Amino acid sequence: MSASLLHARNIARSYELNRHIWGNASVVHAVSDVTLSVGRNETLGIVGESGSGKSTTGRLLLGLESPTRGSISFDGRPLPVIGSPEWRKSRTRMQMIYQDPLAALDRRLPIAKQMREPLDIHQAGNLQERETRVSELLRAVGLSDAVARRYPHELSGGQRQRVVLARALVTRPDLLVCDEPVSALDVSIQAQVVNLLSDLQAELGLAMIFISHDLRVVRQVSHRIAVMYLGRIVEEGEADDLFARPAHPYTRALVSAAPVPGTKLGGRIMLRGEPPNPANQPSGCAFHPRCSAAVARCKSEMPALAELGGGRKVSCHLAGSPSENQADPSPARTRVPLNPVEAASEDVA
Amino acid sequence: MRGSITLEELTVSFNGVRVLHGIDLAIGPGETLGLVGESGSGKSVTWLAALGLLPPKAKVSGRVMLNDRNLLDMPDSKLTGIRGGRIAMIFQDPVSALNPMLTVKRQIGETLALHRGLSGAAIKAEAKRLLDLVGIPDAERRLNAYPHEFSGGQNQRVMIAMALAGQPDLLVADEPTTALDVTIQAQILDLLALTQRETGMALVLISHDLGVVSQVCDRVAVMYAGRIVEEAPVERLFEHPAHPYSQGLMGSLPAIDGPRRRLTAIGGTVPDASSLPAGCSFAPRCAFAETQCHEQIPLLAGIGRDHSVACLVSEAQPSAAIRYSRQKEQRIEA
Repeated sequence: MSASLLHARNIARSYELNRHIWGNASVVHAVSDVTLSVGRNETLGIVGESGSGKSTTGRLLLGLESPTRGSISFDGRPLPVIGSPEWRKSRTRMQMIYQDPLAALDRRLPIAKQMREPLDIHQAGNLQERETRVSELLRAVGLSDAVARRYPHELSGGQRQRVVLARALVTRPDLLVCDEPVSALDVSIQAQVVNLLSDLQAELGLAMIFISHDLRVVRQVSHRIAVMYLGRIVEEGEADDLFARPAHPYTRALVSAAPVPGTKLGGRIMLRGEPPNPANQPSGCAFHPRCSAAVARCKSEMPALAELGGGRKVSCHLAGSPSENQADPSPARTRVPLNPVEAASEDVA
Repeated sequence: MRGSITLEELTVSFNGVRVLHGIDLAIGPGETLGLVGESGSGKSVTWLAALGLLPPKAKVSGRVMLNDRNLLDMPDSKLTGIRGGRIAMIFQDPVSALNPMLTVKRQIGETLALHRGLSGAAIKAEAKRLLDLVGIPDAERRLNAYPHEFSGGQNQRVMIAMALAGQPDLLVADEPTTALDVTIQAQILDLLALTQRETGMALVLISHDLGVVSQVCDRVAVMYAGRIVEEAPVERLFEHPAHPYSQGLMGSLPAIDGPRRRLTAIGGTVPDASSLPAGCSFAPRCAFAETQCHEQIPLLAGIGRDHSVACLVSEAQPSAAIRYSRQKEQRIEA
């Protein structure tokens, strides 16, 4: 996409663990070979389970950490070196929202003061203008001016997350990375914040990266969605299309496992086992030990993320074959289970 | 007979602040009941109070009847025979619920020795059978493992094995899958449903997630600010939610397929237990609230087969029930 604001090419990030005096350190590949881009006025959702590397990807894209391999460009130029003056300046254009708003706010500062802090640091306008900007944003996120004088502990969870959002937007960023922004909130409050995020994104034309484990919430806010498994993107596509016709066996299992209100258990794809340790990745396709459709090739050969048409990319040796996925128009939920519930009970017997 | 358990007018106060306002619930043998509500709605407190697990500063009143005996009147020595034996409970975070210093065999064995009088080789054999039952691979060898050697999902399986060790009539699972990944959550829910079917025990599933509850339960009670506001069979609740709060909860949930629609969020926030509004606690956030809602407290009243709702404006609310509710409230206050 030529209009993309942020573009990451084959980025990877690994960490060294357990370095001993003798012997080699074990290396954890948190993110391997991720390529993605997001344009202005677009929300890219990233879903995955814990340990899939979705948060690390978010931090890499924001330039909070540098990738061990690959390159990231923002607005046509490579991300500046971490800690450099240009990097500090670039912070005004990209912001992050975390899961726990209470941890993200300074408990000892009144709301208005901590919202003004980014403007103070980057010396944007005079004091009057900064204060106007703060109250403007408080209103934009649906909070009254009275909130400005309060402290974080005096606000409810939903109000705090609104404050965090307002503070992130105070420097008029172009890119917003949200890492599980609504996971700590109750359902009814979650809906308020989700609506607010979608509204502001559309209104301000933000490029947004929305990281979450919750498929329903991700679909609600995203235009495109990337599914991550063990540090790699295994499938990417248009938000509505992706979960309606998932092509990768892992996406299918995720969609099938997401509980839908009003429906009983049964006929679901039950994945056996748990995600492997990122420090000890399986050979070939990382998903093959849990995949019921796996063939010999999956054990030895890593599938590439290939175009499937219609903006869909999938990394699976079997996804291209028409008999497996494409010819089956039925939605994932009613699909014959790959690995039915009984399979799980075999172990029990 | 495997006993049914009935909560009658259960109330709980902490430091003079009432957090539970008269809960009436009945769970029959082999039944699965879901308890849904947001944080602070009292869904966990209900069961902690029923099992005498709250700290001494909590004032609990009402009755918790198990086979014509009131658990709340029982001395602690008798209660320990019931907790873990007749009624078992599992919690959200298995890692903090397990003892990191003891092997899994010791922890399961404790229940087996205490409630089933087993010892020595019998404990080992039964503990292995239980680990097999909950789907821990290579159970024989894993008996001597410590909790840190298991993953989160496996620890929750161990917790379930411990709960099943006492052969309970009722298992109370408090947000058992909230800390787990979706694919692991599916496995654990499946395991709970399977063991419930196999053992015939009753199951109470406490969750904030309507989706999780509807997958496993037959009947659902929705809680708000320390009261049950609606109770119905699962299908009925999702097809015809009667309470505006239940309707709001469903509107707040994004769909995973079909056309995207704007979420209908419930405005405002859950009221603080120390400053509940007069009348219906939900009235300040309710789009249908009328004058009477700010004055009277509605109580649960039947509006159809097995379906009851506590709302003054919801259709077919008999006025007799309102009068009854006010009398009852006064009785509770007195």
